[in-house]
Amino acid sequence: MRTDNATTLFAEGAVSTLRLIVYLACAIGLMVLDHRGNYLESVRRAGGLLIEPVYRLAALPANLARATRTAVATQDQLASENRALREQLLFAQARLNRLDALVAQNARLKALLDAQKNLGLTVQFARLIDVDLDPYRHRIVLDVGASQGIEVGQPVIDAQGVMGQVVEVLPNSSIAMLITDATHAIPVVVERTGLRTIAYGSGAIDELQLPTIPISADVKVGDRLLTSGLGGRFPAGFPVGEVRQVGQDKSGMFIAAVARPAAALDRSSEVLLLRDQPQPYGPPAPQDEVGPPAELAGPAADAAAPARAPTP
Amino acid sequence: MSRLRARSWLFAGSIACAFLLQLMPLPPLVEPFKPYWIGLVLVYWAIETPERVGLGFAFLLGVAADLLVGELLGEQALRLLVIAFIVLRFRARLRFFPVWQQSLALLALLLNDRIVMLMARGFSGEPMPPVSFWFAPLTGTLAWPFVFLLFDDLRARLRAHE
Repeated sequence: MRTDNATTLFAEGAVSTLRLIVYLACAIGLMVLDHRGNYLESVRRAGGLLIEPVYRLAALPANLARATRTAVATQDQLASENRALREQLLFAQARLNRLDALVAQNARLKALLDAQKNLGLTVQFARLIDVDLDPYRHRIVLDVGASQGIEVGQPVIDAQGVMGQVVEVLPNSSIAMLITDATHAIPVVVERTGLRTIAYGSGAIDELQLPTIPISADVKVGDRLLTSGLGGRFPAGFPVGEVRQVGQDKSGMFIAAVARPAAALDRSSEVLLLRDQPQPYGPPAPQDEVGPPAELAGPAADAAAPARAPTP
Repeated sequence: MSRLRARSWLFAGSIACAFLLQLMPLPPLVEPFKPYWIGLVLVYWAIETPERVGLGFAFLLGVAADLLVGELLGEQALRLLVIAFIVLRFRARLRFFPVWQQSLALLALLLNDRIVMLMARGFSGEPMPPVSFWFAPLTGTLAWPFVFLLFDDLRARLRAHE
C-alpha cells in the first residue's frame, strides 16, 4: 500500500503527535462544554429526525425476537399465561373495587377538610424502544416524545411501582432515567413507620441504596418504600421498593439499607407516564400578599414600621 | 471504479452495522459482555486502510457515536481518538502479527480504552462502575478474530470479483 521509504516500524509520519494533541484538546473541550451547558440534549433534539430512525432500526431485532416467541409459543403456554392473567385481572378488579370505596370515602373526608386539590391521575401509555444506550447508565427509550406532549421530568411507572423519570425529550421519542441509575435519587417514606429518607440508585438494576437512615430509626427487612412526594417530582404514595438488607454504614453513624425496586425495571416493555406533576419544578410559587389594598393599608403600615424597628 | 464503490459500501456498511450492534439490546445477564463494536471496526479499518481512517475520522466517528448512544458529548470522540492513534502508530507491526497476537494487543488496547473512559467519567463526577465494567474488553478480544477474518474475507471476495 504505502510505498514511500519514510515508513518505519513506528510509522512516525503517519500520525503526528501534534495532530493528536489538537484533536484531544477538541474532544476535551467538547466534554467540558457539554458538562457545563448540557448541549448534547439540544443537539440531539435537533438531530431527532436522524437519530430516532436509528433507534427504531436497532430495536427491530429484539422486537422480532419477541414477536417470534409469541408466534411459536404453544397453545398450552398461551392458555396458562391467559389463565394467570385472568387471575391477576380478577385480583386487580377486586382491589380496584375496594379502592373505589376508599376513593369515595377519601373524597368525602377531603370535602370535609375543604381540600382543594384532588389526586386525579392522568396517565399516558408508552412502549419501550428496545435499545441499549449504555449498560452502566440506566436509561430507557420510550416511543412517545414532544409531539405527544411529553415533558422533561414526568414520572414513569409500571404496574408494580415507580420506574424513573423522563430526562430528555426528542420529537417522537424520549429518554427516561431509571431510579437505579447511579446518579438518581428519589425521596421515599417507609410505609410501616413513616420514616422519610432518600433512595439512591446503585448502578445495579436490582438494587437501591438508602445510606442515610438515622441510627435510631426503625427499619426492618421487608419494609415497603413509597414515594414521599417531597421534592415535587414524584407524586406521593407510589411503591418504590422493598428493603432487602439492613446494616450499618462504614462510619457507624447511619443505618445503610439496601432495597429491591418494586417496578420490573429490566422486564417491563410497557410503561405509564404520569401527566400532572404535583408541582412542576421546585418549590411552589410565593403566595400573593393577602390583606387590604396598599393605599388603605398605607398609613397603618407606616405607623407600624417605626414601632417595630427598635425591637431587637 | 465499481470496485472502489463496493469498497466504500463495505466501509460505510461496517460502520453502520457497528452502530446498530452497539445500540442493540442484549439480555441483562450478557449485557456487560457486549464488546465495543465501534472500536473494533475502527481498529480494523485503521490497520487495513490508514489512508481513509485518520485521527480526524476517529474524532468525527466518536462525535456521531456520542450523539447516538452517549451521555457526554466528546467522550467517545476521546476514546476513539486514543484507539486510532495507538493503532496507527503501531500499524506496521500490528498488520503482520498473527491473529492471536493481534487479539492480545487488542486486549491491551481495549483495557486502555476502559481506563480512558473511567477517567472521562471520573472527571465529570460519576461514581465508580461495578466490576462487570471490565468484562467487555475480554469479549472484545475474543470477538476480534471473527471481525478480522470476516472483513478480510469480504474484502478478498470483492477483490476476486474484479
